[in-house]
Amino acid sequence: MQNIALTEAVYYVLLSLHDPLHGYGIMQKVEGMSNGRVSLAAGTLYGALSSMVEKRWITAVPGEQSSRKKEYVITSLGKQVVMNELDRLRELVKNGESIAEEA
Amino acid sequence: MRRRMYKVFAMWNFDKEEQWLNEMAAQGLSLVNVAPFRYDFEETDMGAYQVRLEMLADLPSNPKSQNYIRFLEETGVEHIGTIFRWVYFRKGTEEAPFDLFSDIESRIAHLNRMLVIPLVLGISNVTSAFSWIERYHRYGYRISELWVIIAILTTALMLLYGFIRIWHKKRQLQKERVLHE
Repeated sequence: MQNIALTEAVYYVLLSLHDPLHGYGIMQKVEGMSNGRVSLAAGTLYGALSSMVEKRWITAVPGEQSSRKKEYVITSLGKQVVMNELDRLRELVKNGESIAEEA
Repeated sequence: MRRRMYKVFAMWNFDKEEQWLNEMAAQGLSLVNVAPFRYDFEETDMGAYQVRLEMLADLPSNPKSQNYIRFLEETGVEHIGTIFRWVYFRKGTEEAPFDLFSDIESRIAHLNRMLVIPLVLGISNVTSAFSWIERYHRYGYRISELWVIIAILTTALMLLYGFIRIWHKKRQLQKERVLHE
């Protein structure tokens, strides 16, 4: 887990999965959280979900039946990734405010 | 009312094909069925649908592809049909514009999937050209072998052209990625 920036899509998906959601639910929640600014396209979302499952940042919620829509939820490792990203974002904002907004 | 049209697009012009299908949709003719070089449209309201094309990493019958298509369907996307590894989708435009990809990374990944095709076909082409050149040499320079060699090499050149076109699209995106996500 290096200190490499998360993509916006990954960051928002991780946030949205603090409660279990299926694909379409994630898209709606992310759009709502960002006031409509971030709309995840389904293909991009699918790729992001697959990679995050592989990295164990999120996990598929064991469903009652396989025919049901698959739901995902964040793992403790995923939560740690979000916390690290938050630290990085705070640093970005702090430096931005102290330099760009001073001027 | 349905309308059937025949049209040929080169693989590297998939974006032009998509654009054409969306121009049709904007005029009220939305894609409902595909077959090689054949497009079936139905009459709808103008711009009621948007169409997207994607080359899958696996054949449409593969469980991975099936999972992916099901995932898209769950988000309200309609699966129109497949031709080899190409899939055609459409979605109503009432909520938002329909796109399959929303970042540069996944667009590049898509182009990478496409690049493999001319590469693999090109290599097998060149290999078979060599064996025909060998025959040409062995059987005393007959014109029949020469024609085959010319045909194979022409195909190889076309594949190379296709490869370069797709690669160029990828380069453009990579340049943009230096600045944006």
